[in-house]
Amino acid sequence: MTTVHERTETFDDNDQKPVGYGRMLRKEDPRLIRGRGRFTDDVQLPGMLHLAILRSPFAHARVVSVDTSAAEAAPGVKAVVTGETLKGLGLAWMPTLSNDVQAVLATDKVRFQGQEVAFVVAEDRYAARDALELIDVEYDVLDPVIDVRQALAPDAPLIRDDLEGKTNNHCFDWETGDAEATEAVFARADVVVKQDIVYPRVHPAPMETCGAVADFDAVEGKLKLWSTTQAPHAHRTLYAIVAGLPEHKIQVIAPDIGGGFGNKVPIYPGYVCAIVGSIVTGKPVKWMEDRSENLISTGFARDYIMRGEIAATRDGKILAIRTNVLADHGAFNGTAAPVKYPAGFFGVFTGSYDIEAAYCNMTAVYTNKAPGGVAYACSFRITEAVYLVERIVDCLAAELDMDPAELRLKNFIQPDQFPYETKTGWVYDSGDYEPTMRQAMDIAGYAALRAEQAEKRARGELMGIGISFFTEAVGAGPRKNMDILGLGMADGCELRVHPTGKAVVRLSVKTQGQGHETTFAQIIAEEIGIPPADIEVVHGDTDQTPFGLGTYGSRSTPVSGAAAALVARKVRDKAQLIASAMLEVTVADLEWVKGSFQVKGDPGKAVTIQQIAMRAHGAGDLPDGVEGGLEAQICYNPSNLTYPHGAYICVVDIDPGTAQVKVRRFIAVDDCGTRINPMIIEGQVHGGLTDGVGMALMEMISFDEDGNCLGASLMDYLIPTSLEVPDWETGYTVTPSPHHPIGAKGVGESATVGSPPAIVNAVVDALKPYGVRHADMPLTPSRVWDAMRGRATPPI
Amino acid sequence: MQVPAPFEYERATSVDQAIGLLERLGSSARLVAGGHSLLPMMKLRLANFEYLIDINPLHAELGYIRVQADEVRIGAMTRHRELLESDELAAAFPIFRDAERVIADPVVRNRGTLGGSLCQADPSEDLSAVCTTLDASCVIRGPGGAERVVSMEEFHVGPYETAVGDGEMLVEVHLPVRSNGGSAYEKVERRAGDWAVASAGAAVWLAPDGTFADARVGLAAVGPNTTGIPEISQALRGSTPSEELYERAGAIAASSCDPATDQRGSEDYKRHLADELTRRTLRKAVERARS
Ligand SMILES: Cc1cc2nc3c(=O)[nH]c(=O)nc-3n(C[C@H](O)[C@H](O)[C@H](O)COP(=O)(O)OP(=O)(O)OC[C@H]3O[C@@H](n4cnc5c(N)ncnc54)[C@H](O)[C@@H]3O)c2cc1C
Repeated sequence: MTTVHERTETFDDNDQKPVGYGRMLRKEDPRLIRGRGRFTDDVQLPGMLHLAILRSPFAHARVVSVDTSAAEAAPGVKAVVTGETLKGLGLAWMPTLSNDVQAVLATDKVRFQGQEVAFVVAEDRYAARDALELIDVEYDVLDPVIDVRQALAPDAPLIRDDLEGKTNNHCFDWETGDAEATEAVFARADVVVKQDIVYPRVHPAPMETCGAVADFDAVEGKLKLWSTTQAPHAHRTLYAIVAGLPEHKIQVIAPDIGGGFGNKVPIYPGYVCAIVGSIVTGKPVKWMEDRSENLISTGFARDYIMRGEIAATRDGKILAIRTNVLADHGAFNGTAAPVKYPAGFFGVFTGSYDIEAAYCNMTAVYTNKAPGGVAYACSFRITEAVYLVERIVDCLAAELDMDPAELRLKNFIQPDQFPYETKTGWVYDSGDYEPTMRQAMDIAGYAALRAEQAEKRARGELMGIGISFFTEAVGAGPRKNMDILGLGMADGCELRVHPTGKAVVRLSVKTQGQGHETTFAQIIAEEIGIPPADIEVVHGDTDQTPFGLGTYGSRSTPVSGAAAALVARKVRDKAQLIASAMLEVTVADLEWVKGSFQVKGDPGKAVTIQQIAMRAHGAGDLPDGVEGGLEAQICYNPSNLTYPHGAYICVVDIDPGTAQVKVRRFIAVDDCGTRINPMIIEGQVHGGLTDGVGMALMEMISFDEDGNCLGASLMDYLIPTSLEVPDWETGYTVTPSPHHPIGAKGVGESATVGSPPAIVNAVVDALKPYGVRHADMPLTPSRVWDAMRGRATPPI
Repeated sequence: MQVPAPFEYERATSVDQAIGLLERLGSSARLVAGGHSLLPMMKLRLANFEYLIDINPLHAELGYIRVQADEVRIGAMTRHRELLESDELAAAFPIFRDAERVIADPVVRNRGTLGGSLCQADPSEDLSAVCTTLDASCVIRGPGGAERVVSMEEFHVGPYETAVGDGEMLVEVHLPVRSNGGSAYEKVERRAGDWAVASAGAAVWLAPDGTFADARVGLAAVGPNTTGIPEISQALRGSTPSEELYERAGAIAASSCDPATDQRGSEDYKRHLADELTRRTLRKAVERARS
């Protein structure tokens, strides 16, 4: 299915070098492909009970009473717990990742359809589920706030009456850039283009839903929690705060995880319920949500209503960008982002362009919808930012009647301007945009495509070519200004080399499918010359690994990858001291040739890292001041974010009779700095592009006017299949990060961020003969047909 | 994992035994064929039944495609996959293969049946539209082996409602074969394997002079049931196939259907599709009839 346009590398690349970077099959795949992975739902403990959650059928209602007597009497039921029970334990509410609170089980009101109201613990999951039907909840139904544009209307029902002094549905205001300077530039610009742009609510929809197994040992006072978490250490600290358990008595284990995409960053009420269930029953308790529960109650993404404005000269020099955003945060603000960044990294909406001024103001509101605003493969809202800028730049190209590729090339930040500080205060570390763009145009055969399009247009056929060029900001982040609930975003890493020269590396981050067990082994291998196969990667267990903030926002390689490289260098430095003793020369006389230290000018005199390891643990004296063993530990605090970039080109064909969009080609040229395992990078890109096709063409979580979620199953919430995607054509350039120890920048979300605007731009380009300048996602056939009839409407 | 409410389960041993069970258990019982419509509803707890009678053991008895000179007989337990793969059926009625290619996915097609599709009476069911287009009749068997035969119009009483009564089951579908015929099916979906936004089937029979001896169009997802449109047959019969005629048929389809706006598309768009797909399928059916 997949065409790989990287002609130079094959799998044996990595065999030609002794060890280190290169294409290499994934170490975790034998396990995952053979069905031998161990996921949360595979955990079976003696005497384990099962938990099911009763959820609200209403979007907004007062909870009048909850009668659990029939459920308690049902066969196999061990406990029924309500909000009132939790209130008694002080656990009815919990903090969110954004300094808001969220109900664990509703006590006063339900605030979205699917909110947790009560739970049952029973002998098996069927008994637990059946008993839910026996809980009698009396609701007093209230008017819901569903239309985000009406959330701040004076007569809008008040959602968060639990918050002291709250009189409206306002969540927060945020601004960035310079309003006055921007206004001054707009006032003198030749051309100003304005466009309303909606990024609809979508759902991460990981293949594995969320769940946990809690095992509280009352004698030891210790809680062991297996859970679907992308951030085990952060979760442990939060449980300590929420549940009042001492942190050293909490062990969080994230076993294999079937996809996260940000969905598994927050702490959900279900996890807390599982813990309470285990404490109450004295037995291990498993909670696994079903597909509908996952879709209706867990962290969604996007839901930004944006007005974009761009100012330029008549000859196509972009001068300023301005935007106003209305953000729907649902019933509780559960955004997962560094605390000082309530809008995530949306501030990078100035894109890859050298402009004079920029300004954004944003208002976030509460609505009666599932909580979140959570990151979803979005690099903390960069997805929305990139969509805004790449769509508005295309609108400008249309206005100027200029080729969109040419317009972008004309406005790129130039290589000699890096490090480049944007007008919203982000310091882009490095970049060389034009070669990336040119490569994408070469692979696409851009000029030929435009010629083909002209011919087709003359025949009434609809073909579109869409471009997007993105710069991301990933690898959060410097602890001086980035923390989540007071936890700085630095990552620990430990490396131990065993006497026989095999090694174990312990990471704070946790893979959800990205291939950490391979990538991190390769990073270590490159630094200390032990083959990746000889390096065990331990992750996902807080008792086994050093502290760190977890995997999301494409931060694993930028932060933990740096930690891994540095810890390996620390080990290598120690190895060098030992080697100097072994070879009886000074340290300065030694030279590192991957895998061994040799005496300069005398290659015959050398010791391998394996020999050094044995010596480090063996008999005989070590040099003065050198302890036995060969290991090190580090905590890496990044000095800046890293800024990957990429150029994407999409070609679509639209059936003029049915308005169906077919993505014919997609070219993705990514620059994520130093490339560790190109195959894993391509995997990340392929997945992200597929995701982009989903968002652009079919995905959306919508609600009816009563607040019923209309995307509660995968029959209603569509995700793309292999039949909707073309053969991906990928390429790359390499602009290393200057401040990252190995120059790597992260790539986990690049394609999800970069692809939707390319697809939408292509569809809009195809519809040019109909005078269409913008159409909002999802571009379903019906919505495209509306656009062709001149009545494109926002999806909400 | 979504789990249905508790139910009792019994495997059928013969058609008459299954009917006997249905008779005895009344409306608290349901047959389960492929289960691909029934079980999702039960898992979402949109439907709860006390008894399920599994008729998969009757596949040997009710899973067949018999192509005869004057009619094709298909057993109710014939699976989507068998309908898709049958060359004989595709030769008689290419509309079946057209439709089966766009019904669900291989996993669903391996189990889902013709009988289940018709009995589900979902307005979006593609095989219902196919059978409507082909003027099928349905053989319903009741207690004591009594059989009655009803037309598709009579079979579908309303959305999710059929003429099959308590203690009865659908056993066979008859499709009349006429000479010089051609047929085709087209569906617009938001994504592969999704239910239709709208779809249309057309079947035509040409007279020796090249005019329409008869023509039928069936639509799915644009009304309370899959709809046959007699006005189109009237408009086409006796005329020579032409683009203008297809256009007229499309316009009739658009005005006589009754779609509703939903997540799949707006009412307007669905009407437009009824028109567009009617034209496309007629065009293709005529091409096939000629070749
Ligand atoms: C993911 C998915 C996608 C799908 N996409 C499509 C699609 O694009 N187009 C489409 O047309 N269909 C689609 N379907 C439905 C599929 O075609 C089903 O197989 C079909 O609707 C029902 O057939 P079944 O044999 O599974 O019936 P079941 O689910 O077993 O039964 C359906 C109903 O019919 C009754 N029944 C079954 N057999 C008989 C009988 N012989 N006599 C009397 N009553 C009977 C049952 O009691 C039940 O009420 C999809 C299904 C799924 C799960």
